[in-house]
Amino acid sequence: MTDLAWINSAIIGARPQAIGALLRYFRDLDTAEEAFQEAALRALKNWVANGPPRDPAAWLILVGRNAALDDLRKQAKHTDLPPEELISDLDDTEASLAERLDGSHYRDDVLRLLFICCHPDLPATQQIALALRIISGLSVVQIARAFLVSEAAMEQRITRAKARVATAQVPFEAPGPAERAERVGVVAAMIYLLFNEGYSAGDDAARGALCDEAIRLARLLLRLFQTEPEIMGLTALMLLQHARLPARFDAAGEGILLEDQDRKRWNSKLIAEGLALIDKAIRHNRPGPYQIQAAIAATHSRAHRAEDTDWAGIDALYAALERLQPSPVVTLNRAVATAKVHGPELQMIVPLEERLSGYFHYFGARGAFLVQLGRIAEARADFDRAIALANTPAEAAHIRRHLDRLTRSA
Amino acid sequence: MLYAILCYNDEDLVWSWTKEEDDAVMGRLAVVHERLGEKLGPAARLLPTTAATTLRKSPEPIVIDGPFAETKEQLLGFYVIEVENLDAALDVARQLTAANPGGAYEIRPIALLLPDKRVSNTRLPDKRVIEQCAPEKRGP
Repeated sequence: MTDLAWINSAIIGARPQAIGALLRYFRDLDTAEEAFQEAALRALKNWVANGPPRDPAAWLILVGRNAALDDLRKQAKHTDLPPEELISDLDDTEASLAERLDGSHYRDDVLRLLFICCHPDLPATQQIALALRIISGLSVVQIARAFLVSEAAMEQRITRAKARVATAQVPFEAPGPAERAERVGVVAAMIYLLFNEGYSAGDDAARGALCDEAIRLARLLLRLFQTEPEIMGLTALMLLQHARLPARFDAAGEGILLEDQDRKRWNSKLIAEGLALIDKAIRHNRPGPYQIQAAIAATHSRAHRAEDTDWAGIDALYAALERLQPSPVVTLNRAVATAKVHGPELQMIVPLEERLSGYFHYFGARGAFLVQLGRIAEARADFDRAIALANTPAEAAHIRRHLDRLTRSA
Repeated sequence: MLYAILCYNDEDLVWSWTKEEDDAVMGRLAVVHERLGEKLGPAARLLPTTAATTLRKSPEPIVIDGPFAETKEQLLGFYVIEVENLDAALDVARQLTAANPGGAYEIRPIALLLPDKRVSNTRLPDKRVIEQCAPEKRGP
């Protein structure tokens, strides 16, 4: 690897930690970001000439902080503003910096930065955009491309998000245990949202890269909170789902349903990592929604052929998920798993119609149940509704195959 | 002499390689492995440190999530074991701890294990020592 590639990777890796610490000093996202940019520029020159520092994050924080302080002092000369009004923690000595990096401060710095980016005041689309810009360091152009909007629109979205968090009054003192746990939960939800944004993007590479970024952020969060089984579960869930990417689309870019995928094309490395993380999480005996969903994904991963799937296990896992996080979609999924084991139980899903009346999978599943029960006319009606609600051509094609089978057997 | 070659790099970087980049590296390595022939013993690629669990070998061993992160101790050896799951791996580590307390074991899942290609793994004395001891080498 070239030195430059190493330097780039070190700067990207140190970014959340460094911006998090700079944010604690300056208490302003723009100042922290600019300070980091300046430090990264100097790193490109300095590290090439002098070799990389032992602790890249500490170097970037120190250089970034000094650069920003110089800037603020210059501005102060022109505008007569005392820098003390803009700067906190001026008494922090450089010597204590490295020590702070290793301690819980560093962890809370990164968590605070992550939390600010997914502040509850922000709509979900702004949360993800801000996190990609600030934490991942993606350019506005890259993010705009991933969200299929113009660069100007994305620039505006990020500017608005920054303005809103600037007035949101996120406390800068170290959070208590309850608040920390809450922040971790909010951040985890944002990361999974980001993942789903990429996962639902089809085989579009630019958007698919959002999945990689979400996994990278999850690993970052997991390193900060190594004993949190739900963060292990979240990371495992995304790894196991992402492992199927090479098999999810055909040559024409059309989606392939799970049961029809060529499982030999699944990424075995990601699956191994996902399974190892679930194994770790289970030891804590503190089940949660991410862990259960990861366990469901793992059950699919363990089946070498679709017909080898342990549906009884999946049924039990959905039942557990239903208790923890009840929702009509979870109940529908459980009913599908139950049907694979015991045959269709229509009464499980009939009450869901009102809340799932716009949901493709509901009518697809109910149609399939009705076919098994021999109620063909009703099944056809459900399949027609499913086709009308299909999100992708592959979903519609899948239902058409059901209808074709009905026509052939009639 | 048997040597272990320990591999270090930035795991975020390595684990974010695309499949093409990864395949390219593995392809280049395979050529070297082939060339090494019988010199090559088993080789392993480990999963990232986020998948690691550590057993502190104190009198009452403690399980800690995450990699071994202390700098006071040095890497002195490793085992490769095949067991059902992490609990079973920890059980093995506890048995080893009972025989050899102190320090820690980091339990890290293996992503890829290349089997031992050596035909014979008997340890031979270093040939250079034999040469140095040969009579014709001793002075004029």
